[in-house]
Amino acid sequence: MSMVTQIPPSTTSDAVPANAGAPVVLDNLTRRFGTTKALDGFSLRIEPGEFVALLGPSGCGKTTALRVLAGFERPDIGKVMVDGRDIVHIPAQKRDMGMVFQSYSLFPNMSARDNVAFGLQLRHQRSASRRARSEALLELVGLAEHTTKYPHQLSGGQQQRVALARALAIEPRVLLLDEPLSALDAKVRAELRDQIRALQQRLMITTVFVTHDQEEALSMADRVCVMSRGRAEQIATPAELYSKPSTEFVAQFVGVSSRVSVVRTGDHVALFGRDVKIRGEVPTGVESLDALLRPEDVDVIVAPTGLGIVTHKSFLGATTRLEVGIGGAKVKADVLSSAADVFELGTRVDVVANARDVLVTEARPTT
Amino acid sequence: MASLELGYALEGEDFPEVYSPRKWSRSWVRRVHWGRGTALFLAAVYFIVPFYAAMQFSLQDINHHFSLQPLTQIAQAPGFFAALWLSTQLAIATMAIVLVLMVPTMIYVHLRLPRFRRVMEVITILPIVIPPIVLIVGVDGVTPLWLKSSQWLLALIYVVLAMPYVYRSLDAGLGALDLKTLVEAARSLGSGWISIIWRVLVPNLRSALLSASVLTLALVFGEFTIASLDGWTTIPVWIYLTPSINPRINTLVAMMALLVTALVLMLIVSFDRSKSHNSRRS
Repeated sequence: MSMVTQIPPSTTSDAVPANAGAPVVLDNLTRRFGTTKALDGFSLRIEPGEFVALLGPSGCGKTTALRVLAGFERPDIGKVMVDGRDIVHIPAQKRDMGMVFQSYSLFPNMSARDNVAFGLQLRHQRSASRRARSEALLELVGLAEHTTKYPHQLSGGQQQRVALARALAIEPRVLLLDEPLSALDAKVRAELRDQIRALQQRLMITTVFVTHDQEEALSMADRVCVMSRGRAEQIATPAELYSKPSTEFVAQFVGVSSRVSVVRTGDHVALFGRDVKIRGEVPTGVESLDALLRPEDVDVIVAPTGLGIVTHKSFLGATTRLEVGIGGAKVKADVLSSAADVFELGTRVDVVANARDVLVTEARPTT
Repeated sequence: MASLELGYALEGEDFPEVYSPRKWSRSWVRRVHWGRGTALFLAAVYFIVPFYAAMQFSLQDINHHFSLQPLTQIAQAPGFFAALWLSTQLAIATMAIVLVLMVPTMIYVHLRLPRFRRVMEVITILPIVIPPIVLIVGVDGVTPLWLKSSQWLLALIYVVLAMPYVYRSLDAGLGALDLKTLVEAARSLGSGWISIIWRVLVPNLRSALLSASVLTLALVFGEFTIASLDGWTTIPVWIYLTPSINPRINTLVAMMALLVTALVLMLIVSFDRSKSHNSRRS
């Protein structure tokens, strides 16, 4: 992909310059489908030029939120502000938002170039300028040699890149990406992920990216909004989200967590014989608590008299993940693969907490 | 298959010929080819023999010599061109009305009311179930006088008759598209509904539209009962009304109508194929 391609500017009457991202505010959105609340008071503020990922399991409302922003769904309650203006009543075709869909959405009767030029034609651009801009954008996404090809002659990854060029052609105020990588194979997905991020950073377009893949969200976004049951559970940078999940749902959904029963003393809990500070609010009125631990929050040491037993071992490349059964809990821990040979299944080990603070939650009732 | 054969050779076993995958596959393919050829031959006989008999009857003179003179006599037959012109006008009007009505309706139903498709199916089957004579009597009862005297009433009735065929063609065409995504992609790029239908959906429904048009054309050029009861001399009515002149000419006209319809169908299909081929070329 050429990163020095000069994109001819659009000649639309819109005064917004090509590289200006618009601020977006989704304010208290509620959207019902029958008795189901897809969005339940969902709010999100996105800064100009920011890349925000909406992450969550199926049915959490992330796609509905994106469709409300795109104008394909109307919220029952709430505001959608772009550039400080409420656009809830503006139809989708007048919102100036480029969108890339999960399924291949290229128009089958048009070549790659015509697909990219479609939005420009609707904006009454001259033929020569349309052609130049669409070819430059196709070059930008690495498809300079495929301009005359039709969608069925392109691979899935190429089609999504054309779709991205088509969405960028209209100089959108906001770029919306609705799981654009989910239909692609792993290698193409990783390539396209990097391309999208590089383009977004270069063009500084405000971007909203919907995904259920935490790796995609954490690696691409400036901030990630984890959604559950139509609400934002936590909005934070990827690093903060991973290291300091604010709720049990986030801790369980993002990354890998183990639950270990703990006893509270003030704002600390006793964790494997060590006092560790409770992160966030200290739960009150709750008798029994569980700590949620990341695999890197604990160290595992071989000890013939240790209380833990290695019950599972999986090779992950540079690290190896161990599952240690200890006191009725199953604790996951990562060790360097180069030092993992000593941990055979059944090896007795000691588990030591190394985290400064830990998220605690009400213990799950045992069944 | 190659590895299987290699395996046999290495083991040095003698397998009966009947178990050889290649032989079995070849004989199976041959059987399929024979079966297909026989079916095609029988179908061809079924369609071509009556057609040939009719053409022979029309183009042979009393001395059993082939002559193209009856063709020239068609042009001289009174009322032929008027009937042809009327049928052509009705065909064009019917095609235009039924497509203008059905294309947006079908798109709307597919997009917004997918559950209504079953109801649509039942509704559109009614013109086939209801006898034409009942239809024309019913329509005559509710039609205003100014429209009763117009030939366009016939076109409106033909629209109803063509609905089952047009519905099924369009339903199949729309079902083959990812309609929702295409429409939303076009809308996100700034396209209004008319532009979406005209520039995105119609080109991708070309095959469905062509087949709907051909079926409508065949229907209009072959419909007799309603045109006759309504008092309009379309081609089928003209064929019926003018047997006394020369029965050979009537038969020839019927054959010509069949030929022209088949020709139009072939032209449209080949046009569609060449367009598809062009659009698939890199």
